[in-house]
Amino acid sequence: MEALVSQIQSMTVLAAALIIGFGAIGTALGFAILGGKFLESSARQPEMIPVLQTKLFIIAGLLDAISMIGVGVAMLYTFNNPFLSAAIAALKAAA
Amino acid sequence: MASNATEYIKHHLTFWNSSPGGFWSLHVDTFTISLLLGFLLAGVLAVVARNAKLENPGRLQLFVESLIEMVDSQVKDAFHAKSKLIAPLALTIFSWILLMNAMDMLPVDLLPSIAQWIGVSFFGLEAEHVYLRVVPTADVNTTFAMSISVMILIVAFSLKAKGLGGYGKELLTAPFHASGVVGTIILAPVNFVFQLIELIAKPISLSLRLFGNLYAGELIFILIALLPWWCQWLLGGPWVIFHILVITLQAFVFMMLTIVYLSLAVDTH
Repeated sequence: MEALVSQIQSMTVLAAALIIGFGAIGTALGFAILGGKFLESSARQPEMIPVLQTKLFIIAGLLDAISMIGVGVAMLYTFNNPFLSAAIAALKAAA
Repeated sequence: MASNATEYIKHHLTFWNSSPGGFWSLHVDTFTISLLLGFLLAGVLAVVARNAKLENPGRLQLFVESLIEMVDSQVKDAFHAKSKLIAPLALTIFSWILLMNAMDMLPVDLLPSIAQWIGVSFFGLEAEHVYLRVVPTADVNTTFAMSISVMILIVAFSLKAKGLGGYGKELLTAPFHASGVVGTIILAPVNFVFQLIELIAKPISLSLRLFGNLYAGELIFILIALLPWWCQWLLGGPWVIFHILVITLQAFVFMMLTIVYLSLAVDTH
């Protein structure tokens, strides 16, 4: 019984870490490319900076989305583990 | 309030449910706070509009005017057809979501402790069973309610702009066009699946983006609240400053995406 619980817990920890980590990598790369292009175009055409800045923030909000969804899922696994609840329900039904 | 850290976190993540479970159990805290903020917003805007004057406008009137001007310029940039609904919709979405997100700026224990005191003193409840979550947009029901309403509006605008037949034809012939009858019939289900996925992905991504950002922010505030008193401001300070950007940005992105989706819906090639 303890072995099952500890295995589920450890797998969940790894899963949550991977979700958050990979989401962070993608978002970081995306923001880096976005910021670099913005700086390049600002240097080419400084009069376009206000227009481009608005669009920059819009795209930044979109980039955040998937990694935040991932963080939400990982937080759900950390604090309200559905796999653990399912396993405990199954053990109770079997006992 | 709680015996250990997990209990504290669980307590702060539980909603004030009207009944223990089932389809009709409502999150009373989400409803109350979002409705209060909505009426506050509508009331302030109505009062400012009614007392608007040309000479000597007060600061509140100037602030509301700048807000309306910002929304108006965004709608003019992105929406190319004529509609009387888009700009008020965008204004409501932006300011209501901003107000609801801003509830995350209050200290984590402030409103829940007041609720617990009221519950214990006046209603004889136990302190651990008084739950209050103060950020309505950190409830997935709120964000999905808004985004499903936006999806209904997208379909309604498409039907109004293209007619029932025109919209049905677009669902079956875009994005892949075929030249002959046989090709059209083969591609029709493929097109339909693509269009359906695109239509359903919009509200799901809209709502989960807002929910994920606000839920993660609230959770980190709760975790910071568990730290000892001398490192609260060290970590909490930068996080709350970053969070000011996040709440404004998420409200703005929700509004912009609504405007863009609706402009795509009325777009006739």
